[in-house]
Amino acid sequence: MIRRLAAALSVTVTLLGAAATAVAAASDELVIAIAAPISALDPHFHNLTPNNSITKHVFENLVATDETQNPKPGLAESWRALDDRTWEIKLRRGVKFHDGSPFTAEDVIASFKRVPNVLNSPASFTLFVKPVTSITAPDPHTLIMKTAAPHPLLPRDLSAVQIIPRALVDAKTEDFNSGKAMIGTGPYRFVEYKPGDRIVFARNDAWWGGKTAWPRVQFRMISNNAARVAALLSNDVQVIENVPTADMERIKGDANLSVKGAVSNRLIYLHMDTGREKASPFVRTKDGKPMEVNPLRDLRVRQAISKAVNRDAIVDRVMEKQAVPAGQLLADTFFGTSRKLQPEKFDPEGAKRLLAEAGYPNGFQLTLHAPNNRYVNDEKIAQAIAQFLTRVGIDTKLETMPSSVFFTRGSKLEFSFLLAGWASESGDTSSPLRALLGTFDPAQGLGAANRGRFSDPGLDAMVTTAVTTVDDTKRRMLLAAASEKAVAMLGLIPIHYEVSVWGMRKGIGYAPRADQYTFAWEMKPGK
Amino acid sequence: MMVYVLRRLAQTALVLAVTSLLVFVGIFMIGDPVEMLVNPQADQIERDRARAALGLDRPMWAQYGLFVRNALSGDLGNSFVYGRPAIDVILERMPATLELAVLAMVIAILAGIPLGLYAGLKPESLGAKAIMAGSIVGFSLPTFWVGLLLIMLFAVQLGWLPSTGRGPTIDLLGLKVSILTWEGMRHALLPAVNLALFKLSLIIRLTRAQVRENVLLDYMRFARAKGLSRNRVLGVHLLKNIMIPLVTVIGLELGSVIAFAIVTESIFAWPGMGKLVIDSIFQLDRPVVVAYLMITVTMFIFINLVVDVLYSVLDPRVRIDAARV
Repeated sequence: MIRRLAAALSVTVTLLGAAATAVAAASDELVIAIAAPISALDPHFHNLTPNNSITKHVFENLVATDETQNPKPGLAESWRALDDRTWEIKLRRGVKFHDGSPFTAEDVIASFKRVPNVLNSPASFTLFVKPVTSITAPDPHTLIMKTAAPHPLLPRDLSAVQIIPRALVDAKTEDFNSGKAMIGTGPYRFVEYKPGDRIVFARNDAWWGGKTAWPRVQFRMISNNAARVAALLSNDVQVIENVPTADMERIKGDANLSVKGAVSNRLIYLHMDTGREKASPFVRTKDGKPMEVNPLRDLRVRQAISKAVNRDAIVDRVMEKQAVPAGQLLADTFFGTSRKLQPEKFDPEGAKRLLAEAGYPNGFQLTLHAPNNRYVNDEKIAQAIAQFLTRVGIDTKLETMPSSVFFTRGSKLEFSFLLAGWASESGDTSSPLRALLGTFDPAQGLGAANRGRFSDPGLDAMVTTAVTTVDDTKRRMLLAAASEKAVAMLGLIPIHYEVSVWGMRKGIGYAPRADQYTFAWEMKPGK
Repeated sequence: MMVYVLRRLAQTALVLAVTSLLVFVGIFMIGDPVEMLVNPQADQIERDRARAALGLDRPMWAQYGLFVRNALSGDLGNSFVYGRPAIDVILERMPATLELAVLAMVIAILAGIPLGLYAGLKPESLGAKAIMAGSIVGFSLPTFWVGLLLIMLFAVQLGWLPSTGRGPTIDLLGLKVSILTWEGMRHALLPAVNLALFKLSLIIRLTRAQVRENVLLDYMRFARAKGLSRNRVLGVHLLKNIMIPLVTVIGLELGSVIAFAIVTESIFAWPGMGKLVIDSIFQLDRPVVVAYLMITVTMFIFINLVVDVLYSVLDPRVRIDAARV
């Protein structure tokens, strides 16, 4: 209902709008509309993209990441593996917190200590500090971290742990929300926070990274798509996150505005029940009877499904080109992807042939389950896919539901065939390989989101070797090989990668980020 | 009177108990909050930790029992998402919603009653017909569409008013209020008008119908025959009589404006309770949803009580006593 309203709203904006009268904004303040409210300012409270995006303006990480999520120096100047289980991290010198105290190794140790102790945390950052079994500081600007097992992802983990001053090791979440504890090393100082409304920052002139463009930055939380677009059109804000696909043309066509997009780390994919040998709940014969064998376990059937889907049409029509057809787990620019993998060609005849070979010349019945408020145009994508499959003989019914219902039922394995998305926060293919395609095994931390229960011991072994190989070049090759194997076996069927889109006043410079973070300090004013 | 009020309060407790149980069971059946809260990258150990931390590892009846026990001592639980007392999270947003609702109702009453009076007294005039046609439009257009139209016209095209958000606040008796400043009023005007439109139409139509009915009655003729001034006949005799149904409706509508300003709040990015509760429902933040409904139910019951008491003030024939309940 709300979604439909929102869609109608977007259309209305498009219809009604004429060129906005450009009112020059006060140039000393940049106002940015973010698409989701944040739940707290405590950088260790809730591991959620909107929260991290905001708190990273005040608190920094040892390791920063570039636009495609590759590690680069942050508060750490350099890091290297002394052996498979020991890392040496050299800290940046001369960095000061907003209260003037110097940044040293003790602050890092305090931050690592605080992370697991945050009360009531709904999504803790513990998983990033847990692999580190000991931290020592031989001198104030050097850290030695030891891990129980070889852990090549340590630099990427470090890019998730924000550093607070050691004095705040026992600070409570309320202290951050009230602003009292908002003391970091980052490019902005905290000024004001009104929950559900706005956050205001002032420039930190002493930032080691140099002087940023605007003396003040304000983030307004505007989750309604149409309202966010209207705020940009009326120049109440100068930058917005997540431009809705329906308004893309409208903003592109405006002489005062521009749109910047980057392929994100989120893959939209289909997961099939390959776990149950028979009686998968939503697979039926043509005349509606339960099936003796589960056809989704047959690779040829999965290949047929993949060939039956016209990815280009979905990207063009449903996504208004704000997506890229997918042939693997992450877009080619990311770490651990394979150059050999291309999106499957649309081939309905080939799909029918494969179905016949597999013993289903007349197809079967299937129900596709999808969320309707989680991913960009998720319901429409699922509709298109159901139609493509029905055309090759797999009569596909569609059932969509709010994500709160969808993920609960999906994790209880109530579905046979589902559409979902996966954002790789580590920025490499190890995350989807482990979580989506690893054999379900809580003790090993494998298959946490494997709702199809795909399992292949060969693939598990390749992935496990890869994630314990510290050498970057070797790991990249191992992950690429694992990606190739995973795609060949179609444990999941990739559909597309979402493109994250920012809309802004013409002239504002910004390199759009794959991790969907909106960083004010990376924005440059126009001439 | 006292007995009546007490009995009403007892009913309130019963309604609250039933509401809390329904919401509890409802959200329990929708899904697992942990699925919504934890980072998807988290492993099973982290999921189990979150489940235990939020008290979701116990059976539902145990969770409800704990909730009731805490609720009796005034603690409605911590929000899953914000990690703070749910009641604080809601009360923090309440002034924004209240000021918007009050402003909207003031607009609706101040414009609605005079327009309705005029339309009722001169039903054949062109003006009256225009008012009635306008009220039908106000009734039928969806709020979100009108809201957008207002933004496109006054913020985007004309640039007179800000498109979204709430203005700067000042402290008034501990409440953060924005509409007492010029900048705050500029921000509040569009959403308030948007919210008022439906209520305005309702009040116009109701007033007109009441006027049409009452002008034909004997007491009106008698008042005129006594030679009272027109102003007195309309302002005292007529108005007092038509106010009775109006007060009921305005009371209930005020409640619904406060509780269900969700659409307007989303479109205008107004940081009120409505937006909060929608987000909370999607995230299965049960403590916030339960606390919100408890507050809403209490508010409705309270408004109804006030309306009933007002009734007896406006109409001496209505006597509130224990027997009437």
